[in-house]
Amino acid sequence: MALVYTEEHEMLREAAKGFLQEKSPVTEFRSLRDNQDPLGFSRKLWQEMAEMGWAGILIEEQYGGLDFGFTGAALILEEMGRTLCASPFLSSSVIAATALRFGSEETKANWLSKIASGEAVIALALEEGVKHDPVATSMTAEKSGNGYRLNGSKSYVFDGMAADGFLVLARSSGEAGQADGLSLFMVDSKVSGLSSTATKLLDSRNYAALVFDNVEVSGGDLIGSVGAGLTMLEPALNAGRIGLAAEMLGCSDQCFESTTEYLKERKQFGQIIGSFQGLQHRSAHLYSELELVRSAVIKAGQDFEKNPEHSGMIASLAKAKSGEVGILAANEAVQMLGGIGMTDELDAGLYMKRIRAAQELLGDYAFHANRFAKWRGF
Amino acid sequence: MSDLQAFQEKTRSWLEENCPKSMRKPMRNEFDACWGGRDCEFSSEDQKLWLQRMGAKGWTAPEWPKEYGGGGLDKEQAKILKTELAKIKARPALLSFGVWMLGPALLKFGSEEQKKQFLPPIVRGEIRWCQGYSEPGAGSDLASLQTKCEDKGDHYLINGQKVWTSYADKSDWIFCLVRTNREAKKHLGISFILFDMASDGVSTKPITLISGKSPFCETFFDDVKVPKEQLVGTLDRGWDIAKYLLTHEREMIGGSSDGSMGGRSIGEVAVLALGANENGELADSALRSKIATAELDGWAFLLTMERSKDEAKAGHGIGAKSSMLKYYGTELNKRRFELLMASKGLSALEWEGEASNDGQLPRQWLRTKGNSIEGGTSEVQLNIISKRILGLPDPKAN
Repeated sequence: MALVYTEEHEMLREAAKGFLQEKSPVTEFRSLRDNQDPLGFSRKLWQEMAEMGWAGILIEEQYGGLDFGFTGAALILEEMGRTLCASPFLSSSVIAATALRFGSEETKANWLSKIASGEAVIALALEEGVKHDPVATSMTAEKSGNGYRLNGSKSYVFDGMAADGFLVLARSSGEAGQADGLSLFMVDSKVSGLSSTATKLLDSRNYAALVFDNVEVSGGDLIGSVGAGLTMLEPALNAGRIGLAAEMLGCSDQCFESTTEYLKERKQFGQIIGSFQGLQHRSAHLYSELELVRSAVIKAGQDFEKNPEHSGMIASLAKAKSGEVGILAANEAVQMLGGIGMTDELDAGLYMKRIRAAQELLGDYAFHANRFAKWRGF
Repeated sequence: MSDLQAFQEKTRSWLEENCPKSMRKPMRNEFDACWGGRDCEFSSEDQKLWLQRMGAKGWTAPEWPKEYGGGGLDKEQAKILKTELAKIKARPALLSFGVWMLGPALLKFGSEEQKKQFLPPIVRGEIRWCQGYSEPGAGSDLASLQTKCEDKGDHYLINGQKVWTSYADKSDWIFCLVRTNREAKKHLGISFILFDMASDGVSTKPITLISGKSPFCETFFDDVKVPKEQLVGTLDRGWDIAKYLLTHEREMIGGSSDGSMGGRSIGEVAVLALGANENGELADSALRSKIATAELDGWAFLLTMERSKDEAKAGHGIGAKSSMLKYYGTELNKRRFELLMASKGLSALEWEGEASNDGQLPRQWLRTKGNSIEGGTSEVQLNIISKRILGLPDPKAN
């Protein structure tokens, strides 16, 4: 498949760009942050996105979705990255929608149409430590009658304060560090024994710390087979990783373009600073790196769309590279803008913070480089 | 069965019948590479046969029109041919600046007579070409070249010197940039001309490099007479052809080496040489993470080359992107060879002897240092990206 977007994709991109730049420019993000909005996104705007079909972009038509394909979802995230638009799109419509494909008919019927309509937000309750590490999961799932009893805690659950339900990875056998013995559950947020508190991070989005105290779930809430939770979750994780990569590409592009514009205006020593070779070469290098990220993101989207079960290596490439270059793009933006780049008034710092969070979520550079190296036989 | 599938089957069986078994093994050294030419010394009968068969089929230049000796394949068919060749691990039948560089320029800028005269012998590997671009005073600033070409009525007379002429001492003909107008602005007084290296007044002198090898020459022209019909394109407008060719050359150098050793990743080379821990991971974890970075970049770079071809095909490519590919590809290749050297440790330093194939690795490592200089330095490529893609203003002249 050619590594270019189809006309249909380009139309979606244009529509998304137009919508986001009108309804959700960076000033919107700023006002949510300044007003200390507990969710960090606008429910009203999310409803509008859902009405356009975005919330169900990956969901089958029988559940009210568009079934448009993953590349489209990645394009929306890229445009969201450009304007720093916060929404539960990644959690609910990309990660949860992918994971729930493996759910029971009952679970799908209960949740998928609600995700597609924007009525329900689902978040991924996965991390227990400070680094992304699914196999380290130690939260327990004990057999209890026909169902399971969950005990333990989860942290840094993005969109966790907005969630109506959680995808929860818990250990039904074995011990922390083992890939086997993990099971995946769909848990209603209103279930008794589940409590959440907000964790404030630098990117001003909503994150939750969850405590599961004898939470009872039914056998029907299990996604896939018992003990194979990580295998069930892997495609959804990769969807999230590629989604974050696309978002960081959008963030980085926006940082880079506005910095380049500034280089063409700002004068020092009587000259446009963009005429200085010292800055030109750094800009040209960053341009080259961004082109590599773009290639990886396009390829990852296409591969995931074709074969979600075998997209781990390309997802790791996209996530690692976009995080690495995202950090470079943000650092170069602040440095080239100079003193004003350090001020809150300019957007560069907002991008820097979001990129920092996005590159850490679902595995940072080292996590994915390590995975990649194993796949490559070293 | 689709047409492409039929083509694939036909190609597969033709290759099975026509590619000699000994041509399906990796090249052991530079003598296994076939550059063709009038005085070509084939290293084996099979090598000669392989070139003749591929040349007759036009598959040394698969996408050139049949009327000029090419294969007449479309892009999809050419891709299939490439895949099938790779499947049987076939050596390239011909390495040729004629195919890579002069041919595309002639197809775009040459007259009908020139195409008919020069292209078919290139395809068959009968004439070996070299490229006369750089001069002692014209390196990064190529357009300041001074080799003089005067109109003497019924012929041109050429005087001057070229440098870094690849394989000039082994080549039959040269495609050369010369100054035909000293009054015009420097870019507008250059012409593109072809002539026989056996002409009176042409001499060459090899340059020994840090690798110990001499792939480049100094080339001298002393009153060389050239027939007028051997000038390509418009008089004084050779810079357009030069730029077009430099784009080709950049793509070629940028994508020339994947830094692989017999198809192995650097990581695998390192594991074999240095050992793995109980998890099968390279035991030296600091080296491992450096290699992982280079391999991630390498993969993303290959995708970028692929994407740039797809964009060109879809009609929205940017010419200056070849500068990005050249810059990134050559810098990456240097990094990869540094890591290959590290992966082989002290044994990577062996310069002579059978074990090291006479220092193949360290010589290749040294050779990569030139990749980011030839065809426009990395710094020149960054200048081009800044100006042509990012639209940044020219540095102020002193």
